[in-house]
Amino acid sequence: MSSKLSRETFIRSLVDLLRKAETELSDDVVNSIRKAEAREESPVAKSQFQAILKNIKIAETHGVPMCQDTGILIFFVELGSEFRPEFDLEAAIREAAALATREIPLRPNAVDPLTRKNSGDNTGNGIPDIHWKLVPGRQLKVTVAPKGAGSENMSALRMLNPTEVGSIKNFVLETVINAGGMPCPPLTLGVGIGGSFDKAARLAKEALLEPLDTPMSEFEKEILEAVNALGIGCMGLGGSTTALAVHVKTAHCHTASLPVALNIQCWANRHASIVFGGDE
Amino acid sequence: MEWHMKTPLGLEDIEKLEAGDIVYISGEILTARDEAHARILEFAENGEELPFSLEGAVIYHCGPLMHQTGEGKDEEKKEREEGKEEKVGWKVVSAGPTTSGRMSKMTPPLLEVHRVRAVIGKGGMKNVSEAMKGSCVYLAYTGGCAALAAELIKEVVTVHWLDLGMPEAVWVLRVEEFGPLIVGIDSKCRDIFAEIREKAEKVLAEMKN
Repeated sequence: MSSKLSRETFIRSLVDLLRKAETELSDDVVNSIRKAEAREESPVAKSQFQAILKNIKIAETHGVPMCQDTGILIFFVELGSEFRPEFDLEAAIREAAALATREIPLRPNAVDPLTRKNSGDNTGNGIPDIHWKLVPGRQLKVTVAPKGAGSENMSALRMLNPTEVGSIKNFVLETVINAGGMPCPPLTLGVGIGGSFDKAARLAKEALLEPLDTPMSEFEKEILEAVNALGIGCMGLGGSTTALAVHVKTAHCHTASLPVALNIQCWANRHASIVFGGDE
Repeated sequence: MEWHMKTPLGLEDIEKLEAGDIVYISGEILTARDEAHARILEFAENGEELPFSLEGAVIYHCGPLMHQTGEGKDEEKKEREEGKEEKVGWKVVSAGPTTSGRMSKMTPPLLEVHRVRAVIGKGGMKNVSEAMKGSCVYLAYTGGCAALAAELIKEVVTVHWLDLGMPEAVWVLRVEEFGPLIVGIDSKCRDIFAEIREKAEKVLAEMKN
């Protein structure tokens, strides 16, 4: 397809997409939080779940960001090999991020890592973070996932020994205990196993995009049960649900390595996608 | 137990609170995070008087997103220029709690000089329960619930130290039934977050055996 997508339409669509991601959670996430609230027996944890559900409703009704930490903006782009954009996609994504910051509005969160100077519009060197993937077909799919600092700060990566496959679960559990209430549980846990030092982290982040109602493997279920047995609970105040789901992604790795990354996601599991073009 | 309280808080208000109780607060609360804490301590060191009172105060660990009403609106600007409207108002857009752990070190010295009765934040604080004994409580507000919080903030009363920047300034907010707040650390040294962590570590140790 020689895409007829105009730059203006693309930017406008991305601003709308960002607004959706910041103000509304997808049904699978809301349903998962609702179910956790229903089975929670601790009155304290229940009160926290109810506050979260109320907050989600207010944000959606009034079209305001559900959390004041509107995150750093991470984009996942799947570019069909037959999709021919007639403009610079990356520049347009950056422009959409700056425009959305003014319009929605979003909290300007992007700073230089050393001087800590804020750029003021959520763009900067390497920000927004854009992950490109070439896929067959005529479509362009853009997913945005705003990521807050509370949960990102508690994420971790460890280079295990190849003989320590049995320790992966313990690494996740230790990281979750260390995080306590700080990453705003109920959490979604993205686990990246294998690849390389950086690939493991990317796999972990991609795992967070999985819908929460995706059936879990036995290994994922085992980790989830163990995490919830810790009793950290909603907001770290104790309770039966610390995590809503565990999603694992793997890649082949060096025979001498076992990289494991855990990306922690707060209850505000924000992401939204849009597809352009393609009449297949 | 569930409690509904009005600020300023007295010792008798907080002494009855037990870790795990649910509290709703009405009245004025003050925001303060990293920079404001540092400046409050500087004032104390220099023997200077604060521009606001912390007597019986409730401190909220929060860096709000505020909107200056009238800004950019020609009509209101004109009115201000003509002296008809002197005050520039502020409106809360988003005001959820920030991670309290960052204020853990500055809180005990602050409590030595000011009779703050409650601190609101998220995620708990480390090694403050001794400093809070008999004088202060930690109230946990649901992290991320910024839209809900903004609804419960009825008025921005005033702002101090705006030179620290919007999130770091001290905002005096009038709230109604602000909560649910969970007593995370009570005035008798019970710290729910520490207890939960200890339990979780025990569970993990058993799993490893």
